[in-house]
Amino acid sequence: MINQQILEIDSLSVNFGGLKALSNVSLNLNSGEILGLIGPNGAGKTTLFNALSGFVTPASGNLKLFGEQIEWPRADQLVKLGIARTLQGVGLFPDLTVLENVMLGADIGARTGLIRAALGLSHRDESALAQKSQTMLERVYAGHLGERRADTLSYPDTKRVAIARALVSDPKILLLDEPAGGLGGQDIAWLNGLIRNITSSCAVVLVEHHMDVVMSVCNRIYVLNFGEVIASGSPDQVRNNPDVVTAYLGSGANNS
Amino acid sequence: MQQLINTLLIGVSIGSIYALMALALVLVWRSTRVVNFAQAGQAILSTYIAWEVVNRSGSFLMAFILAVAIGGLIGGLVESGLMRVLLKHANEGPVAAVAPVIATLGLLAVIRAVVGLIWTNEGKRFESPVSTAGFVIGDATLPFSRLNLLIIVTAAVVMIIFSIIFQKTNLGLALRAAAYNPEIARLSGVRVATTRTIGWIFAGAAGAVAGILVSPNDSLTPNSLDTLLVFGFVAAVIGGLESLIGAVVGGLVLGVGLSFVLIYLGTSLIFPTTFVVLVLILLLKPAGLFGAKGARSA
Repeated sequence: MINQQILEIDSLSVNFGGLKALSNVSLNLNSGEILGLIGPNGAGKTTLFNALSGFVTPASGNLKLFGEQIEWPRADQLVKLGIARTLQGVGLFPDLTVLENVMLGADIGARTGLIRAALGLSHRDESALAQKSQTMLERVYAGHLGERRADTLSYPDTKRVAIARALVSDPKILLLDEPAGGLGGQDIAWLNGLIRNITSSCAVVLVEHHMDVVMSVCNRIYVLNFGEVIASGSPDQVRNNPDVVTAYLGSGANNS
Repeated sequence: MQQLINTLLIGVSIGSIYALMALALVLVWRSTRVVNFAQAGQAILSTYIAWEVVNRSGSFLMAFILAVAIGGLIGGLVESGLMRVLLKHANEGPVAAVAPVIATLGLLAVIRAVVGLIWTNEGKRFESPVSTAGFVIGDATLPFSRLNLLIIVTAAVVMIIFSIIFQKTNLGLALRAAAYNPEIARLSGVRVATTRTIGWIFAGAAGAVAGILVSPNDSLTPNSLDTLLVFGFVAAVIGGLESLIGAVVGGLVLGVGLSFVLIYLGTSLIFPTTFVVLVLILLLKPAGLFGAKGARSA
């Protein structure tokens, strides 16, 4: 159910040297909502995710999380703040098993305490975490892959595992960076269902080039171009916005 | 046949110590991408402390535990007090690659000087906690002693502990993830700075164990562990510099190999052989015997 505002980005700007990657971008996300973030290549979608995940430092802008103004987080604080993110490049650890990859998503240091872990006192926590990670794998239909090394998986399976790793920390906000990239029709249909299903426990921000996915699952969409928000609204509003058509197809599109 | 077995056993004993030093170097390399030449200095400081405790208390066990704990502490302090600051400030251009290594060399010199100031440069005799006389089987006395056995058992226990930590605990999982890809590890909530410090603590402890095991029945001087650093480094390279198992296997291979050189060819060929092994590995198998397929690049 969509109700209260849980994430609010106000006037976010990110510069890379002289280049303005994001310029005064503001957006908000409500609980239970699936928010799409679209735009041509280089529009700033991933940069926005990076700013929110502590990978780049904003030049200016404010962040409110669950109604509270906070500093832009460091990457290692994200899980604790209730945010999880998948990466465009999947980002699994190739020489760890699938189960270990998923377990890593659960902020293991915070759960067991590094000192306790070093002293071997966290065995019960570790078993519980392994169990929970297995459950998450089953949720994405990858339960049978737990013992495989991550570098032996097919590409669609790595995507499933990456989503399981993001979900294992019970996030309230899930940032999905091009989850449908490289997937075939059957896997995309599965992904659509999963994203809709996830909203029972968390809100989703979706960066995606597959317009079918974005238009079918998102409640609202923001369109970025050259680092600025050029449109926002429901999928239908965005689809019919002339600025969006121009951004995607070039200035001649509206005249043809 | 008997000489062959003796050579093998002595090789495993020496190789266990090389393996521990290699393990220390690999732990630091994995966590920070630095070859820590100061490891010999950190280990010598821990070993002198062990020597002091043995002299005062007569208890080797107490000296061992204390020195290993202090070795770990020194490792943690070097990382948090020196390397972290250095890597933060010298993080761009050619200096970023060179500065940390130069710093560890400088630190090695400083620690040696401090040890010399406290304990003088005169050789100290570190009494062995167990007999160094070879085991007697029938009429024959083997060159393999209780001390050799103690070395192998202690090194094996340390390696098993490391193996359990790295393979079976969440901490080990975090350490492995942070070593492979710090950025993604951070995104998973792993505090990479903390795992780096823990890597250096473990390395300091492993280096201290190596120093304490190699020193009994020998003359202890501020630079008496320098050769161990060289052998440990070669062992780590044989193992691929990334792999903990590789470090152990590299140490054992080098120890056994050099033991054969020592017995069958003579002492003078030890260092040339080591150098040739290092060059051959770098030429034929630069990623080492256990080199990671997708080792991280930064």
